[in-house]
Amino acid sequence: MKKQFARYDVDTVCSITGTSKDVYLKVCEAYAATGKPDKSATIIYAMGTTQHTNAAQMIRSYSVLQLLLGNVGVAGGGINAARGQSNVQGSTDHCVLYHILPGYLKTPNPDDVDLKAYLEHYTPTTSDPLSANWWQNYDKYIISLLKAWYDDAAVASNDFAYEYLPKVDGDHSHIALAEAIENGVVRGLISPGHNTAVSGPNVSLERAGLDKLDWLVVCDLWETETAAHWKRPGVDPSQIGTEVFLLPAKASMEKEGSITNSGRWSQWRYKCCDGPDMARSDLWIVPELIKKLKELYAMEGGEYPAPILNLTCDYGDPPDVHKVAKEINGYDLETGELLPSFTKLKNDGTTSSGNWLYCASYTEDGNMAARRDPTQTPEQANTGLYPNWAWCWPVNRRIIYNRASVDLDGNPFNPDKPVISWHPLREQWEGDVPDGGWPPMSQEGTRLPFIMTSEGRGHIFATGGALKDGPMPEHYEPWESPVDNLLSGTQNDPAVTIWKSLVKGDVSKYPIVATTYRLSEHWNAGQMTRNLPWLVELMPEMFVEVSEELAAEKGIKNGEKVIVESARGKIEAVAVVTKRFSTYSINGRKVHHIGMPWHLGYMGLAKGDSANMLTPNIGDANTTIPEYKAFLCDIRAK
Amino acid sequence: MAKAMLNDVTKCIGCRGCQVACKEWHDLPAEKTTNWGTYENPPDLSADTWTKIIFKEYGNDGTLRWLFMKEQCMHCTDAGCVNVCPSGALQRHPTLGFVTYERHKCTGCGYCVEFCPFDIPRMDRESDKLLGTGLMGGKCDFCFDRVSNGLEPACAKVCPTGAIKFGEWEDLVIEGKQRVQVLKETHPDANLYGEQELGGLHMLYVLDEKPEVYDLPVDPQMPVAATALNVGRWTGVGLGLLAGAGMFGAAMLARARMVERKKEEESAES
Repeated sequence: MKKQFARYDVDTVCSITGTSKDVYLKVCEAYAATGKPDKSATIIYAMGTTQHTNAAQMIRSYSVLQLLLGNVGVAGGGINAARGQSNVQGSTDHCVLYHILPGYLKTPNPDDVDLKAYLEHYTPTTSDPLSANWWQNYDKYIISLLKAWYDDAAVASNDFAYEYLPKVDGDHSHIALAEAIENGVVRGLISPGHNTAVSGPNVSLERAGLDKLDWLVVCDLWETETAAHWKRPGVDPSQIGTEVFLLPAKASMEKEGSITNSGRWSQWRYKCCDGPDMARSDLWIVPELIKKLKELYAMEGGEYPAPILNLTCDYGDPPDVHKVAKEINGYDLETGELLPSFTKLKNDGTTSSGNWLYCASYTEDGNMAARRDPTQTPEQANTGLYPNWAWCWPVNRRIIYNRASVDLDGNPFNPDKPVISWHPLREQWEGDVPDGGWPPMSQEGTRLPFIMTSEGRGHIFATGGALKDGPMPEHYEPWESPVDNLLSGTQNDPAVTIWKSLVKGDVSKYPIVATTYRLSEHWNAGQMTRNLPWLVELMPEMFVEVSEELAAEKGIKNGEKVIVESARGKIEAVAVVTKRFSTYSINGRKVHHIGMPWHLGYMGLAKGDSANMLTPNIGDANTTIPEYKAFLCDIRAK
Repeated sequence: MAKAMLNDVTKCIGCRGCQVACKEWHDLPAEKTTNWGTYENPPDLSADTWTKIIFKEYGNDGTLRWLFMKEQCMHCTDAGCVNVCPSGALQRHPTLGFVTYERHKCTGCGYCVEFCPFDIPRMDRESDKLLGTGLMGGKCDFCFDRVSNGLEPACAKVCPTGAIKFGEWEDLVIEGKQRVQVLKETHPDANLYGEQELGGLHMLYVLDEKPEVYDLPVDPQMPVAATALNVGRWTGVGLGLLAGAGMFGAAMLARARMVERKKEEESAES
């Protein structure tokens, strides 16, 4: 690791990033100074880190830094992902993504032919007797999940209905889906709350792809660009055969349920108003769809009906969100009682849990996420912990890896800000819920503090091929960049997928670096906000931010229209000439950059060209999130 | 007893939740805007926009800061607008201190527009009343319906960072001074604006730079004519007589300007 990062000397890093040396050193010194027992620092990041082709590796570098400085598991430490939406954490926990099942269990692939093969594939083993290797409980979690989903149809003799789970071959993330639609592989699409005709990278291509669908279901608050793709500017509706179903949906404040923030707090929220007459919640729409599918399969048969026919989906009519929350928590199926914790989950089919991480969130004592009790012990107050306010997964542990904050005897490294500490007389941990309740490391029968890794230790490098592009972070330029990679002859992350439809811009034609971002006034693809007059008043139209120097070079005037063009398309926007953008010097070369919001589209009150008409449809090597944050373009006055 | 709000500009993040909350509480319509080369919108206060955040880029490379300040009625103790308002639409609350505005009483004369040292009231909304100029105004009313029922003003309620605080005037002055002391370590020009100005403003500001940087007048004064009118009222003599020719001229000028502005808008629309 030392050898790997010795190449990243101050001059090289500043040449690559364009940061001035004194500023960079100031940041380094301030940050490195937290590598002391009584100091800590946190890294808070969002899409500025994740929306790059080598994003996962950049976040890995944060982990390396925090582990080396001892900033993990301590008060004021850690790596904190700020999210692009309020419930990204919750939706990921409950498997909005195609490659995971609830609770970060793995989606089986075709080689996982039966439950035994699947469990062998995904249950880690350890040779270290001190490692808790918590994932050894994998079988309990997946079998309890199958019991929640398939109930009596899941029994030991049929592998607990394991074969019902879809087997996933290859990449089915967003860009791959767009490609599959484009290639005619996907014929129909259900798109709830997802305005892909604004949010997708290289969005002109995605819009054209929607034209090829036989049918499209959109559930949203207004008619979105996705729902209205067949009448978008520049197309002839009579030539588009897609049948579109627009289901009016309820907004989050029009229904009861939970959201989980990036601190993993599951917080119960209440309905504040009913919403328009015809609008329905997801919780109504999805069970209704399943009910109809079941009826059709029962009547007409079809290909492999068992997974649909046996699916449990009985939440009442109208569906009761508390029943869903209880199912997620899980039951002792012998007594019918809600389980108090995932330590009670079993692999013999006598327990159920829709998401093992949320087991303890809704118990016989009630809905823990609905708790609003601000009381704390003085120790908890000292570190800002509110253990009785809402509920935090796992098991209401507020700071994960917190046993890394104490020495071998269980004494906090920073006695002024203890997260947990071992009370030798009471022989118990105090403060937060310990990350593994075993006694301190100096005592018998203990376990290492990183209970989710098979080694029991923090990973300063990625093991077992966890990341496609190598065990240690390495710098690569964005897929489109005006400069060569100064650190190696490999320009881009070598593990990215290059899609057939991807077009690369040449720096001679597109010399300016562009980035996209959000505004506090608009929500993502704008489907919640671009129809609200008060918000539209504040941010009415598409704009692009340009430095004073670039504006002078290009003859661009503040407040006037400009054309921004990339290899994928061109857009019109109002120029906001600002001191907040400045010119970079990258490896001795002057590099201009511009920035623009991506919320706009052709529907709603605030209309405008979408920034994603410019962005490339290429994603991170590991997560496949599109590289919205850096690409090449040119700009000129209109 | 007197209430106030304290805007600590160093805590404002420019989210403009206050602008939306104000319109929502008072049921004010959105204005049709365009992007005019800035995040700031609407471009100006109006009869339908009673508060807005001013965005300002201040300094240069290395020292550049993006400043935000909430613009609205300052709720002066010595309020010129109250003195010149002939219809009683503008009144100083006798105990709570701020300046209320009741649109249904407004005749659209526009004296307040001319006599406000902070250039706050606007008189640009069409009135459906038969009497008066055919125009109506608007300005921050301190949410006096909320405040007189024990609630804080809508903007203070919604502010996510505590940049807008509501409380007792005396308490907020103390709090503001303490905050200024802290800020002075990094911002030597930090000051509390509003304690002395015009008998004490009920909209107080913690500023990290001199008032001029935020386009606030240094030592604002009540226009002399407004003082004169005040005297006129006290002596119980009619408006036209004691206000004097200068006062009357100014008011007529104000009215003429507003009619002119309205005409321009109409011709721009057609």
